[in-house]
Amino acid sequence: MCTLAHVFEAAGLATVAISAIKDVSSRMHPPRVLHCEFPLGRPLGKPNDAAFQHDVLRHAFGLLERNSGPVFEEYAETIVGAEEAISCTLPPRFDPSLPPAVDEARGIRKAYDRARARRGVTSVGRVIDADGVPGALAVLREIADGADWTTVEIPGRNTIAVAHDIRTYYEEAALELVEGPDPGPRGAEAWFFEKTEAGKLLLAARQVIKDQGAKRPIWFYMATGHRR
Amino acid sequence: MVDKRLGDAVMREGVGAMPVPEFETTAWTTPPPLAEARIAIVTTAALYPADGEAFSGGDTSYRALDAAQRKLVLGHWSHNFDRSAFSIDPNVVYPLDRLDELAAAGTIGSVAETHYSFAGNQPDDVSTVRLDSGPACAAEMKAAGVDVVLLTPV
Repeated sequence: MCTLAHVFEAAGLATVAISAIKDVSSRMHPPRVLHCEFPLGRPLGKPNDAAFQHDVLRHAFGLLERNSGPVFEEYAETIVGAEEAISCTLPPRFDPSLPPAVDEARGIRKAYDRARARRGVTSVGRVIDADGVPGALAVLREIADGADWTTVEIPGRNTIAVAHDIRTYYEEAALELVEGPDPGPRGAEAWFFEKTEAGKLLLAARQVIKDQGAKRPIWFYMATGHRR
Repeated sequence: MVDKRLGDAVMREGVGAMPVPEFETTAWTTPPPLAEARIAIVTTAALYPADGEAFSGGDTSYRALDAAQRKLVLGHWSHNFDRSAFSIDPNVVYPLDRLDELAAAGTIGSVAETHYSFAGNQPDDVSTVRLDSGPACAAEMKAAGVDVVLLTPV
């Protein structure tokens, strides 16, 4: 992002960059930076808080009044998320003949459909759509049980993409299942990886793929970097 | 198992220690008064319209986002940020509603009709963005009369 600020400014556009990682933006010296120590993925700070978002923009656009740069300022308020799992009601076991994660994914389908209808869009679809999630989880179950990851039918032959589709399916459904307010920073992520059968299975399959000698990008980028 | 540190702290520590592209100088463009400025958003969240072209891993190109199209897909390839926030409120990443409100209030001159999206997870040397897709995007914005670019990451 800081690279783009340099390029755009050189082309005759005034830029204001909201920064998320201070140790990057402070070293790259783009023309105008407002560093916001907010949870990653929330550059304007607080979802559904127009007043807060406007205050961030007021400070950002205020940097345009400076006569010279580079300008680096920090937004006064910092936000640190607890990153604790949200509370969601998961469906009871329905078909004991299925792997738990497959059964679970089928059980939250209506919640996913409600979320998609309400938002009018979904970010599931890199290599599978919602219909493909249970089948993809069945493949991960095979891998977690020791199948050779290079010979099973991973959708799209892309471990990272299928992991994104599964996680996104769950996290979009979670917005309909959450008990209480909207998820806090990484709350849906923590729920997926720590509370759901699918999340635990994804991490287990990732570990097996690693143990089978796959190159690091193939397994590492299936989940957040701090999870094992 | 999970690292006992928070995910954001781990990411900030890891990314913050990586080498960054170097620029010998910092260009400077003086904008018109904010109340007269035409503003565009450029986000590195890899957003794209649901019927548009997805971003591939390491994609160095960009997508034009029609301001009228508010149903966007989050196409960024990193797991390492709060991906749910965009689903809860797109404005927390792509604050187009906020810009509309600022324009209606006369605080900014106008909101561009087209905004842009890049993928933040770029090859380390960012040479294509620096020499090709970045300048091309800038030229499009200049042609559209944009004065100020608001850059948002994820």
